[in-house]
Amino acid sequence: MSAFVAIVKRDLTLALRRKNEVITSVFFFVVVAALFPLGIGPEMNTLRLVAPGILWVGALLASMLSLGRMFATDYADGTLEQMALSPNSLSWLVAAKILAHWLLSGLPLVLLAPILGLQFDLSTNALWVLTLSLLLGTPVLSLIGAVGAALTLGVRGGDVLLSLLVLPLYVPALVFGAGAVEAEISGLGASAHLSVLAALVLVAAVFSPWASAASLRIALES
Amino acid sequence: MFSVSNLCCSRGEKRLFSGVSFSLQGGEYLHLEGDNGVGKTSLLRLACGLSPLEEGEICWQGQPVSESKDEFRSNLAYLGHQLALKEDLSPLENLLSHAAVAGRQLSVSQAKAALAQLGLRGREHLPVRVLSQGQKRRTALARLVVSTAKLWILDEPFVALDPAAQNALSEVINAHLSSQGMVLLTSHQAVSLAGQGRTYRLSA
Amino acid sequence: MIQKLFFYASPQNFYPLAGKLWPMFGLLATGLTVWGLWLGMFVAPTDFQQGEGYRIIFVHVPVSWMSMVIYLAMAFWALLGLTFNTRLSGMMTKALAPTGAIFAFLSLWTGALWGKPMWGAWWVWDARLTSELILFFLYLGHIALTSAIDDPRRADKAGGILALVGALNVPVIYFSVKWWNTLHQGASVSLTKGSNMAQVMLEAMLIMGIAFWMYAVAIALYRVRSIILVRERHTQWVAELPEVKAHMMKNPLGGAIA
Repeated sequence: MSAFVAIVKRDLTLALRRKNEVITSVFFFVVVAALFPLGIGPEMNTLRLVAPGILWVGALLASMLSLGRMFATDYADGTLEQMALSPNSLSWLVAAKILAHWLLSGLPLVLLAPILGLQFDLSTNALWVLTLSLLLGTPVLSLIGAVGAALTLGVRGGDVLLSLLVLPLYVPALVFGAGAVEAEISGLGASAHLSVLAALVLVAAVFSPWASAASLRIALES
Repeated sequence: MFSVSNLCCSRGEKRLFSGVSFSLQGGEYLHLEGDNGVGKTSLLRLACGLSPLEEGEICWQGQPVSESKDEFRSNLAYLGHQLALKEDLSPLENLLSHAAVAGRQLSVSQAKAALAQLGLRGREHLPVRVLSQGQKRRTALARLVVSTAKLWILDEPFVALDPAAQNALSEVINAHLSSQGMVLLTSHQAVSLAGQGRTYRLSA
Repeated sequence: MIQKLFFYASPQNFYPLAGKLWPMFGLLATGLTVWGLWLGMFVAPTDFQQGEGYRIIFVHVPVSWMSMVIYLAMAFWALLGLTFNTRLSGMMTKALAPTGAIFAFLSLWTGALWGKPMWGAWWVWDARLTSELILFFLYLGHIALTSAIDDPRRADKAGGILALVGALNVPVIYFSVKWWNTLHQGASVSLTKGSNMAQVMLEAMLIMGIAFWMYAVAIALYRVRSIILVRERHTQWVAELPEVKAHMMKNPLGGAIA
């Protein structure tokens, strides 16, 4: 069993033995998607307009909620230390952790989004683009979030500080993700937006594990 | 084969120690002694490469560790104050996943044998969270039994162990030493192991 | 030359150098500000579309430029610090961050002051203003992270990584915000709507830009001296500085707070 697979397997097993972590993320997304109409009003035309933004921001916040946990438990119980001492490259092991995080926090949002999109009367094509944009966008959120999580490991005010660090960096994914759905709705076609999202995933996938590993080593120094 | 020279460490503005040098050959162990707070754990973490070196050098097989990190790490087993155990996994699952992360091949039967050697037979499948503190420590120590690393760096390995477990651990360490392994350990208790041993007293 | 650079990389040697340099930069900044403001306020012609109120651009534009330049400077020092592991780089980044944040805030504030008479709203979601807002958040995040970490070395390194990640992201963020803005046909802030920018207006903005740059250098050098004193307070050379001795004589029990 390679180290990469072992880490993904371990994180998935641990999360599934304590299901509440996955469920709270998903539940948050559902609640936020329901809160906005309560704040805006039930007028369907308005809701259809703002749906892409609301659903994307909801998914973004739900994904961000679970970021703090990415490395915190491993840091606290000494598993992170052992990973840093492994002859396997830490960037590779971190990539495994990010994948596991996405599978637990991002993928459920992707699967849930079309159902929530129905609450906003989005067309089938729009729902399809919404799902695709989240499928491409949530990995970017996990990847960028990993760097923030690594930088704020064990730091006072961790979770709120993490949000402050990571939200500005989420803007491109949000713009192109929600923009893709809006482009589809307005008939312009979402292919350009989705291509940019795909490019963002590739670039983040290359840089983020490395930057996160460097940040983790800094956190382990003290 | 393992040598450190001129290591120093500061905590905040206070210089804990400086000019620390020693070396270990196969079959030797070094018992690091010193009062609480003098920096024994910091020294061990420096030796592992977890903390950066401000001064001095660490060499493995004659080469500086900074140039052959992977080689050094595949020959290193570190047991710190934290046990690196996942509470919701069983001892068996913990051992197997740890071996995979450390890049070592480990079969289920080997893992079970190691756990049995440390007195955990029958408890391999329980979640670690229900074990006693001593049993958790023994699970962590089982990692050493299956490890193929030549250098063991152990921080207070005998703590929280009953006499039977302490004997089991001593046997494990002795077996490692007799197959040309090296051990660097700290312990507040007197250490009686087979093999060539030295004491290094760390002081401010 | 390289020898000299490494000589000044030590806080002990940089401290007196910064002490000599900052008044010069401060003087330059003052002189250039006076000149620039005179050009902007009195010499530049009244814009026939925007009247006298447009003159705030002589602060708004230079301060926006500088907020971006300072972020790049921080990223530069961060790269230096992470590559060469020098303590001074982290201190310079820490010295620059508050000024950068203030400039970003000023840019937003002057943008709003300009906006209200010009297009009737205190804020528009223009691409440049929105990017400036996000840059302001990046600055705040950096200051928050480095203040929250107790160990100065860890704070320096973590801040360095954050600054570099931010610097790489700033073009991406700007591009995405621009895209977002044009897609939604938002209002756009144009400096030269209709009229050609008079030569003297451009001159005034450039001079103010350099003035703010000199100010930023001066204040960063001044601030880094305080940071050096606090970080190195347990060393011999700090204890022997005349200003430290005088301070200690006045407060025998007091000392620098971390």
